[in-house]
Amino acid sequence: MTTLFDQLTARGRVALGLFALALLAVPFFADGYLISVITLVLWFAYVGQAWNVMMGFAGQLSLGHSLYVGLGAYASAALFVHFGVGPWAGVWLGMLAATLAGAIIGTLGFRFAIRGVHFALLTIAFAEFTRIAFDHIGWLGGSGGFFLPVGDAAGANPFDLRGSPALFYYVILALTFGALALCRRLLHSRIGYFWLAIREDQEAAQAVGIDVFRAKLIAVMISAAMTSLGGVFYAFFYNNLFPEQIFSVGRSIELILAPVIGGIGTLFGPIFGAFILTPLAELVTWGVESAGLDMPGIKQIFYGLALVAIVVYRPEGVWPWVARHLRLVHQPGDQPSHRAGDRP
Amino acid sequence: MTTLLEVDNLSKQFRGLRAVSNVSFSVPEGAIVALIGPNGAGKTTTFNLIAGVMPPNEGEVRLAGRRLTGLRPDQVCAAGVGRTFQLVKPFGDLSVEDNVLVGALHRRPRIADARRHAVQVLELLELGPKRHQIARGLTLPERKRLEVARALATEPRILLLDEVMAGLRPTETDRLVEVLRDLNRDTGMTILLIEHVMRAVMALSSRVVVLDHGVRISEGAPAEVVADPKVIEVYLGSALESGEEGSGP
Repeated sequence: MTTLFDQLTARGRVALGLFALALLAVPFFADGYLISVITLVLWFAYVGQAWNVMMGFAGQLSLGHSLYVGLGAYASAALFVHFGVGPWAGVWLGMLAATLAGAIIGTLGFRFAIRGVHFALLTIAFAEFTRIAFDHIGWLGGSGGFFLPVGDAAGANPFDLRGSPALFYYVILALTFGALALCRRLLHSRIGYFWLAIREDQEAAQAVGIDVFRAKLIAVMISAAMTSLGGVFYAFFYNNLFPEQIFSVGRSIELILAPVIGGIGTLFGPIFGAFILTPLAELVTWGVESAGLDMPGIKQIFYGLALVAIVVYRPEGVWPWVARHLRLVHQPGDQPSHRAGDRP
Repeated sequence: MTTLLEVDNLSKQFRGLRAVSNVSFSVPEGAIVALIGPNGAGKTTTFNLIAGVMPPNEGEVRLAGRRLTGLRPDQVCAAGVGRTFQLVKPFGDLSVEDNVLVGALHRRPRIADARRHAVQVLELLELGPKRHQIARGLTLPERKRLEVARALATEPRILLLDEVMAGLRPTETDRLVEVLRDLNRDTGMTILLIEHVMRAVMALSSRVVVLDHGVRISEGAPAEVVADPKVIEVYLGSALESGEEGSGP
């Protein structure tokens, strides 16, 4: 793992180290509100990282990732509520369900050569009809919602993921760092290079012997499994699940904003994007409310404007631009060990 | 010499247009064979039929006796056929080295091993100094060579080159001819090339197959083929002799 951050400059490494330390220290100085905001930021960073495996690495657009969040959430919550099985065991069922769903969507899409926008529509369709199905599963609360017993907020029971905001904060922080390390590893692996090749040119990738179907399917399954972990966290953090919320298209879009704004296909983009977007959205909401205005949906309008601004001014995302200007990464041709292919 | 690639009675129709009709030829092990013909003669279609991009309506392709027809392009590559594209298809956002690395990973699963091999192939194609550049930024002649390097990195038994000389200046053509000739001589690499640039065809190939309107109209040694009245008629004479500009007749 010595190559984990090899394209960061010394300055970039210091910045990253300080950032990681600051994140670790947050619960020691921040109040409950700030902890909850940063928890949300990290959640979006984590799920964005998971989505990025499919889109950023393998070039397959999914607009239905809420499906995997929902499956992870419902699977682990159902085990907990009905059978008393804790989330650390429930995670496996959640991942299995999501991976299976991803495999089905991927098989259908890639076997029948559904590409690009049409593939994205297929992912939306699956999330939508799963939402409708869950509306009618009484055992899981149906459209009325599924509720987990609220735990003791003062204590900490990591085994059942019941406890203080700080506990949840450290769990999602660990997930975010874990996802970063995993993605970095994937990107440097054989399958990672195959994904990049497919993203760049599928026909050429096939001509150099890559089994495109298999490689894309693996990308979807890994992305789905990672995303479902975010769903498990969501279930135990919020303690309530509604199909309309968790499986909604709006949620799927919200999930991809951080990597899109931070930089699709980059390792730090999803994290960076989440740290820009979520606090700004909170700020806008707070500003509007404290001005005495009642504007429901202001957050969505803000997200829309942020997306437009990115598409127009920084289509490659904010992170590559910032990293270049602050010299946090090596420039192409700087140094022999630099690899232009991975975008830090 | 034993036969490596056999193209047997291959036909392909596109909505009534017979792009390739009953074309047969073979490429001996270690030889360089050129496939020439005017635009629309069916050369690239023949390539795509060999590479598994699409199935033929009739006929089959065999590599060392093994049937390739019906395999997917990645399986054809695995069987030992490396190909380039007429319109180059670099992995634009990857470095030159990583482009070739992807090819090398096919038979060398370990990254370090594949990277070493990729660097060697890049040296062979005289792209060593460019290896850390992003592929998108290469000039056309460089991208043509990258295309060859990437195909070569898959360690094929036969290399299919689709107009790798097109758009090159005569000096660049001569250099690439040199590289390919060395490759053939030093490693015994079998090459089948589609080429408009007669300067390259004459210099490289031991045999030439001429297609016109999807039909094979002539085959033989380069000197015989250019003297063939049928070929001269197709090419309207003089263009065959010069070919200096690199543009097709």
